[in-house]
Amino acid sequence: MKNDNSKVQWVAPPKLGLLGKSYLMLFLHGLVTAMRHLLFHKSITLQSPDERHAIADPVHYRGVHRLNKDEQGRVKCVACFLCATACPAHCIDIVAEESPWPDREKYPKVFNIDELRCIFCGMCEQACPVEAIELTSFYDLTGASREEMIFDKEKLLSVFDQTKDREPMPSKRVISATTGVAAGGQA
Amino acid sequence: MLPIALDALIKIAVVIGGLMTAAAYLVLAERWIAAWIQDREGPNRVGVPLTKIRLFGLGQPLADGVKFIFKAEYTPGHVDKGLYFLAPVMIFASALAVFAVIPFGGLLPGNIFPASWGVSEPINLVIAPRLDVGMIYVFAMGSIAIYGVVLGGWASNNKYSFLGGLRSSAQLIAYELPMGLGILGVVLSAGSLRLDTIMQQQAQTGAWNAFVQPLGMVVFCVAAFAEATRLPFDLPEAEQELIGGYHTEYFGIKLMMYLVGEYLHMITAAFLIVILFFGGWHFWGLTGSSDTVTWTQAILRIIVLNVKVLGMIFFFMVARWSWARFRYDQLMSLAWLVMLPMGMVNIAYVAVWQEYGEQLATQAGLPPQIAMAVCGWAVLVATWFVGASMAPPAGDNRPRRTPLEPSFPMNLEIPEGAGR
Repeated sequence: MKNDNSKVQWVAPPKLGLLGKSYLMLFLHGLVTAMRHLLFHKSITLQSPDERHAIADPVHYRGVHRLNKDEQGRVKCVACFLCATACPAHCIDIVAEESPWPDREKYPKVFNIDELRCIFCGMCEQACPVEAIELTSFYDLTGASREEMIFDKEKLLSVFDQTKDREPMPSKRVISATTGVAAGGQA
Repeated sequence: MLPIALDALIKIAVVIGGLMTAAAYLVLAERWIAAWIQDREGPNRVGVPLTKIRLFGLGQPLADGVKFIFKAEYTPGHVDKGLYFLAPVMIFASALAVFAVIPFGGLLPGNIFPASWGVSEPINLVIAPRLDVGMIYVFAMGSIAIYGVVLGGWASNNKYSFLGGLRSSAQLIAYELPMGLGILGVVLSAGSLRLDTIMQQQAQTGAWNAFVQPLGMVVFCVAAFAEATRLPFDLPEAEQELIGGYHTEYFGIKLMMYLVGEYLHMITAAFLIVILFFGGWHFWGLTGSSDTVTWTQAILRIIVLNVKVLGMIFFFMVARWSWARFRYDQLMSLAWLVMLPMGMVNIAYVAVWQEYGEQLATQAGLPPQIAMAVCGWAVLVATWFVGASMAPPAGDNRPRRTPLEPSFPMNLEIPEGAGR
C-alpha cells in the first residue's frame, strides 16, 4: 500500500499511557465483559418454530395471498386483470370466463399465483377494485417442489377461510376511533 | 509384572477413547459458551436420535460427527493427491501422539490385580512412563503438526490456502521460541524434562511454578494459545475476515481430522499449562505429595488434574470472546519483540535464583519459596511494564521504513487538509 495518496487522511491514534500500553486494562475489560455475559446471560433467541414472532399488525402484514369470498361464498374476483397488470414480478396468472352470476360479467376460471416469483410488494392488493385479493400474515410457506408453490384458486380461497376471522376484509374492519388501528370485525 | 505391551494398550485405549469423547463434547461446550456469551441459546435441539427427546442438545456431537462422516468424499481435481491426504493425517496423528507422554493422573497403587499376577509396582498413569525426554518429545510432535499445516496449504494448490498455510506456519514457528523459553525455567528448577518429575517437584515444594515463575507462565500461556491457534491468535483460521486458511479445500472427514486435531492441540496446551505451572495433580491437603499413593489419593489426583485441565480449557473458550484478534504485524511483534525477550529474562531470573537466590534467602531466614514468589512477581511486573513501554501494542499498520521504527510515531504530524 502506498502512503502518498493525497486523498487518504491519516488520523493519529490516541496517545497511550503506560497502563494503556501494557494491555492490562484491555485484558481485564475483555475478560470481565465476556464473563458478565456468560454468568448473567439473558437469551434473546426466539425458539422458532416452537415460538412465533408476534406480528404487530396482521391486517397490514404482507404474507401469503388469499382470494376473498363474498357473503354467498363466491369468489369476489371479477377477473379484471388489474392485479396481474400491476404485478411487477408477473406472478399472477388469470384465465377469465363468463360469469354464471348476474352481478358481474366475468369471473376467474383459473387464478394461479406463483409464490416463488412473488416479491410480496402488495401492489395486487392495492390495484384490486373489489377487495378480492389480499395479503395475509402467513409468512412461513414452504413446499417440496416448485409446482407445489404455485397456488391455485382453491388454495387461495382456503387461505381466506383460515384467516378471515383474524384478518377481516377492509370493508368488514372496525377501525378503533381512539387508536386508528383496525380491530377484528365480522367477516 | 504386567506385560508392558498390555499395560500400554489399556492406557492407549483409555486415552484415545477419552480424548475423542472429550473433543466431541468440548465442541458442544464451546458452542454453548460462545452462545451464552453472545446472549444466544446454543445447540439445544438434538437429543436421542429418532425420538423427540432433546436432552439439552447433548446429542449434538453425534450429529456433527455423522454429518462429517457421511459427507460426499470428493477430491478436488487440482490438488496434489498424496499430500492432500497426508496433511490431515499428519496433524491428527501428531496431535494424538503427544499424549503418549502426557500424564492423565498420578499413580495407581499396584494392588489392583490379584496377588498371583505378581504386580506390585504402582502404575504410572501415562502411556509411556519414565520417558526422560518427555518435554522434547512434546515439542517434536508439536513441530510435526506444523508440517500438516504447511502441507495442507501447499497440497490444496490454491492461492488462498497457500497464503493461509504460510501465515500459520510463520505464526507457529515464531511462537515455538517463546514456548521453549517459558518451559526452560521450569526445566531448570525441576532438573528434569519428565512431566511426572516436574509435577512431583511442585507437589513436594508445594509452590506451583505459576507462583514462583509467573513470568514464565505468562510467556508460556501466550505461546500456548498461539500454538493451539486459538483466539486471539487464530490467524490460521480467522474465519470471519480471511478465507479459512490452509484447510479451505478440505471438507468431510478430512476437515474433521483438522478440526479435531486443533481441539487436541488445545487440550494438549491445557494439560501442559496445568502440568508445568499449576502443579499438575497436586492440591494442598488433598492429594499428598509422595511417591506412593493410597487409593483415595490416586483417585483424587486424577480428579484434581482433570478439573484443572477443564478449567484451563474453559479459560481458552472464554478468552475466545474476550479479546479481539491480533493483526498479523501485532502478532509477529508480540512474538519477537515482547515474548522472546520476556522469556529470556525469565530464564535468566530462574538461573540466577537457582544459583544464588535460594542460599541468600536461607541465610536471611526467609522461606525460599515465598522469597522466590515475591521476586518472581517483581520480575514479572518490571518486565511487563518495561516491555510495554518499549514495544507497545501496535495500533498503526502503515508501512514503515524500517522494522525497528516505533509501531506508531508519537510525534505524528497531521497535515492540514489532505493527508500525506
